[in-house]
Amino acid sequence: MSVVTLTVNGQDVAVPAGASLLEATRAAEANVPTLCHLEGLTPVSACRLCLVEVEGSGKLLPACSTAAAEGMVVHTHTPRLREYRRMTVELFFAEGNHICAVCVANTRCELQDMAVSVGMDHSRFPYQYPQRSVDASHPQFTLDHNRCILCTRCVRVCDEIEGAHVWDIGSRGGQCHIVAGLDEPWGQVQACTSCGKCVEVCPTGALFRNSDTTAEKQPDATLPALLRSARDQRRWHNQ
Amino acid sequence: MPVPPQLRCCDASGCRSAGGQALRSALEGARDAAGLTAEALMIKPVGCLRLCGSGPLVACDGPGPCQLFGGVAPEHAGDLIAASLASGGAALAAHRLDLEDPFFALQRPVVLEGCGQVNPESIDDAIAFGTYAQLHRVLQELSPEQVRDEVRRSGLRGRGGAGYPTGLKWDTVALQPPGPRYVVCNADEGDPGAFMDRSVLESDPHRLIEGMALAAYAVGAERGFVYVRAEYPLAIERLRLALQQARSRHLLGNHIDGTSFNLRLEVRVGAGAYVCGEETALLLSIQGQRGMPQPRPPFPAQSGLWGAPTLINNVETFTAVPAILREGGDWYAAIGTEHSKGTKVFALSGAVVNTGLVEVPMGTPLRTVVEVIGGGVPDGSPIKAVQTGGPSGGCIPAERLDTPVDYESLLELGSMMGSGGMVVMGESTSMPEVARHFMGFSVNESCGKCVPCRAGTVQLAQLLDRFVERRATPADMERLDALCRMVKVTSLCGLGQSAPNPVLSTLRWFRHEYEAACREPSGCVAAVGVER
Repeated sequence: MSVVTLTVNGQDVAVPAGASLLEATRAAEANVPTLCHLEGLTPVSACRLCLVEVEGSGKLLPACSTAAAEGMVVHTHTPRLREYRRMTVELFFAEGNHICAVCVANTRCELQDMAVSVGMDHSRFPYQYPQRSVDASHPQFTLDHNRCILCTRCVRVCDEIEGAHVWDIGSRGGQCHIVAGLDEPWGQVQACTSCGKCVEVCPTGALFRNSDTTAEKQPDATLPALLRSARDQRRWHNQ
Repeated sequence: MPVPPQLRCCDASGCRSAGGQALRSALEGARDAAGLTAEALMIKPVGCLRLCGSGPLVACDGPGPCQLFGGVAPEHAGDLIAASLASGGAALAAHRLDLEDPFFALQRPVVLEGCGQVNPESIDDAIAFGTYAQLHRVLQELSPEQVRDEVRRSGLRGRGGAGYPTGLKWDTVALQPPGPRYVVCNADEGDPGAFMDRSVLESDPHRLIEGMALAAYAVGAERGFVYVRAEYPLAIERLRLALQQARSRHLLGNHIDGTSFNLRLEVRVGAGAYVCGEETALLLSIQGQRGMPQPRPPFPAQSGLWGAPTLINNVETFTAVPAILREGGDWYAAIGTEHSKGTKVFALSGAVVNTGLVEVPMGTPLRTVVEVIGGGVPDGSPIKAVQTGGPSGGCIPAERLDTPVDYESLLELGSMMGSGGMVVMGESTSMPEVARHFMGFSVNESCGKCVPCRAGTVQLAQLLDRFVERRATPADMERLDALCRMVKVTSLCGLGQSAPNPVLSTLRWFRHEYEAACREPSGCVAAVGVER
């Protein structure tokens, strides 16, 4: 196995060739935050929280989709990166309707944890209070658009792991929202296998089981990586 | 051989909207009434005759020197016929446009050579004008390397706005491992105030096809697409017709000109998203997916359509290629400045006397373009600023008008070349309002994939509202500044990265207008007539 060595925050790390910068920063325990990224799914670089500085590059690079290269000098927590991350999280909060106290994902929410980790206690941007709906048409699950941050983990897990491609994105800009099927009520989408993978990987309380009430959601974000490796290793022989 | 007299009537969108088609049928009627045949006096629909603001335009190639008439109505048909026969036209003196006027005299047509000369719907006319001659020659005489070498020598840079060296891009695609390749023409021009690509597509589609065929030959592609926005129906119609004509003449298809070169070109119509002008989004859209930008690398030159190396260039870039091969790369490199070679087409509009299409050598001072060629503000008042580069660009203040228009100088001023839209603004223009207008555009056109662009532009637009409505505070000024910088550096694609440019450039050059909109008493208020 060929290896590349690089420096993350002054610390030398070696990672397998082809590894992403995110894996390199994790090897260096640099703790780069992510929301849209999930091990086992294609990186999309949409949340912009994993941006890092690489010496010699004028741009900030997303760690999740940038390949680690020999001799790179990476900084993950410069003052400006910290500031931008905090602003990003504030923008997330301001654009949706995030009211933690009545959320199924309270205390298990990645957005909430992110706010704590970037030191955000309030948003400096005015809340937009958008008019958003709740889709409770599915017998087992519910989609609450008010809590959705458009990380597209559900879109990708359904497409790449389950192979059903129930989810996609509709509209654009601030009007963007997750759509089921051909923009139908979720419960009417025949392609949905009710496998619940989307619910397991949702970082917030946007997708949840109907039985969950406040602070009861117990998602499992390691699921895609597990399933993908199991599939790659042909761990099930009944295929 | 004397050319038989002919009337060239502009039949591009601008003149059509001014009644060009009615004028042409009136001319045909008047010709018949005068007892003339179509051979004796040709009435030819042509593409853009440049001075779009004075449409409909008609050029008279009579026995005397060429005459151009603007703002003519169907009732002038008889006079126009008379003018073309006897080089008279005294009756139309008020409508005659001076071809010695700087607007025409200072232009240097390379890309627009055939614009206004050829009938865009006739391949015979295009061939008679010389189109496809380079394709014939290159296929017989030159290797792909030689074509790329010529393009590299010309110093041509991408005319879509970013200015990446075209030769280098072609080499990158050509030198990828063997396998299928694609050429793609980005005709998704959507900047407010830009109509260069539209004019080329409507005026001389065969020239674009020739340019794309040359590029395909140079990089080894056998398939290509022209991605046009649906808002350009006439351009799409003419392009489709031109492709069909080229196929029927065996200029596209298999074994072109008896060589082993094959090329299939197709039109793909965009569904109306500005972001699809971003190349990775454009490629997804061609493949039938939602047009959203992808992180790069991999660059399209390495992995584009269906994972194959893909060459993407703008309409103007491809259209410059036939002339470069005809005259040689060195000829082209001799035009323009050291780092920005050749000519650039600008769409001049706004508070300017001469609205229309302008092709000038790179490095022409901005002042020459807007004051001499454009004729300045109609009421004679001074120009306040020139907006270049659409929502990705910025406003250049009047005191910097002596800047040469080239890629680097415009970037230095916090604006950019963009695709070439140029909007002139007079004294009465409010800069925070201009910034809000462009930000509103970005809010509507953001694809919504990344947060800074999706949510950041919304916040920026609301902040700008406060300035426009004169209820901002000095703290808003800081917020505006900080958020602009954040959106600029953290957004995923060019749309988000450049969305703050109109704000940043107006903040830089017209900061006092923002300060005057702050209502709180502070150092920044010299506010006259501002309510406290």
